[in-house]
Amino acid sequence: MLAPSTENTAAQERPAAMPLPVRRSFGEGTWSRLRPVLLAMAFPLLLLALWHFATAGRPASLIPPPHDVWLELQDLAFGGINDDAYSRTLHIHLLASMSRVYGGFALALIVALPLGMLIGRVPLIRQSVDPTIQILRPIPVTAWLPLSMIIFGLGPRSAFFLVFLGAFFPVLVNTIFGVRSVEPRLFEAASMLGCTGSAQFFRVVLPAALPSIFTGMRLGLGFAWVVIVVGEMTGVQTGLGAIIMEARQLSRTEIVIAGMIVIGAFGFLSDQLVMLIGRRWLAWSPTHG
Amino acid sequence: MAEIPILELRNVGKTYAQNGRPIEALRGANLSVKKGEFVCLIGASGCGKSTLLRLAAGFEAPTAGESSMWGMPITGPGPSRGMVFQDYGLFPWLTVRDNVRFGPKSRGRGWREINETAERFIELVGLQNFADVYPHQLSGGMKQRVAIARVLANDAEIVLMDEPFGALDAMTRERLQDELVEIWSRTGLTVLFVTHAIEEAIFLADRVVVMSPGPGRIDSEYVIDLKRPRDIASGEFNDWRRLLASKLHSHHARKAG
Ligand SMILES: Nc1ncnc2c1ncn2[C@@H]1O[C@H](COP(=O)(O)OP(=O)(O)OP(=O)(O)O)[C@@H](O)[C@H]1O
Ligand SMILES: [Mg+2]
Repeated sequence: MLAPSTENTAAQERPAAMPLPVRRSFGEGTWSRLRPVLLAMAFPLLLLALWHFATAGRPASLIPPPHDVWLELQDLAFGGINDDAYSRTLHIHLLASMSRVYGGFALALIVALPLGMLIGRVPLIRQSVDPTIQILRPIPVTAWLPLSMIIFGLGPRSAFFLVFLGAFFPVLVNTIFGVRSVEPRLFEAASMLGCTGSAQFFRVVLPAALPSIFTGMRLGLGFAWVVIVVGEMTGVQTGLGAIIMEARQLSRTEIVIAGMIVIGAFGFLSDQLVMLIGRRWLAWSPTHG
Repeated sequence: MAEIPILELRNVGKTYAQNGRPIEALRGANLSVKKGEFVCLIGASGCGKSTLLRLAAGFEAPTAGESSMWGMPITGPGPSRGMVFQDYGLFPWLTVRDNVRFGPKSRGRGWREINETAERFIELVGLQNFADVYPHQLSGGMKQRVAIARVLANDAEIVLMDEPFGALDAMTRERLQDELVEIWSRTGLTVLFVTHAIEEAIFLADRVVVMSPGPGRIDSEYVIDLKRPRDIASGEFNDWRRLLASKLHSHHARKAG
């Protein structure tokens, strides 16, 4: 990357003087690339080993050994092992959960982004709406569960609503913060260049708020995955949260754990995807790009 | 009839209200800048240099007196008065090229014209190899070059500069001073330049305006009749330095006493 640090050479002469990457020997390069991967793997492998030795070969154990969970995971995904009511149903539950996560998240974006921008930029709206938001915000999403069951009944709509709520506040709060904390200098720069009025909103406020908005979206999507399990405990038939709860009642602990692993994996992938988009959008930002 | 000045401040005053307490930053300031002139404003810290420049830019309205450009009252910021800030004020999400394009684009120019103008001024400040780089990847001196190109590309007739080189190291500062004089003499630009470095003012200006504090006022003006390019080691340069230094020190003494 171009990162000129001193002014001593004239700009025109610079490219020739651009530092070359230091050559490393092959072994060293591979090691430096593998090191973080190996370090990241070491800890979960250790946990897995502990789990295995604590549970394997003990029929009385409350927790099934990792191998059982692994088999269950395969059976959930592809069947052919247990051939029970859960075999080959993973895609159904995953799809149901994902559609609620992304649906609720999308709805949260549709409401929270414009609302946040209005609250952040229009004093009248801020004064009339913000105090209410500040009071609603600390109420945990789980505390909304009973009320949402009363309003939306037992079923997927309740889950959807909770996911929406979980994603809504992080997106809203960070959008408000983003559009409010634009450096005043940038408005001055824009207006002396001839960009005034509502054009400033699109050419200054929005791009300046993007890093914050992005942070809100990342937090919101993370919360959506957290909340989905709670949301799906409200009597829905499908979804990862639903089978986890159901399996607990049937004492199928290996399904409980397998479900948890799937949620973790997809939550992680989902976050990685958002990060990837963020790196594209925010290449200009020293803290994101 | 006398020539109409490009910029004129007549009996201008500015009083800020801070927590209900009035702060008089500027009182009875008169300044008139002719087209093509290079004027430097110097004065002790807090004597209202930035305030005066911000009034000229239209970022603030005067609380007394009148400010005008080509005889028309200044009612707000506009492209004909380009500002170069000490902290650059570049848009961090735009590349060098897009920062320079920002002005022409805001004013609804055609794509062809926008691109040609941007390339021309990026070249003028010597950044053609950095056109696709974001501001955070540039050194301070390069950022300030972008800021200069940005106002020039937007047809600024007068460039207002508030200690633009104040945050740069000595070598970069000298290089940019040279380049600014070069650009100024080639383009027929008008420059109003705030600094508190006496040497910088003598090196750059046709005319140095000295301000005094408490409240800020225009104290005196000096026409610097040294030939360009100026030699900062020459005897005449030193005479100017001594004269202006004693002028400024008397302000400090008065303020302290
Ligand atoms: N927005 C503001 N609100 C209140 N007071 C202000 C404001 N801007 C400037 N002042 C006051 O006005 C006076 C002049 O400030 P100004 O920034 O114009 O001085 P300056 O000559 O540019 O100083 P420096 O050399 O330190 O930049 C100072 O006393 C300052 O505290
Ligand atoms: Mg100042």
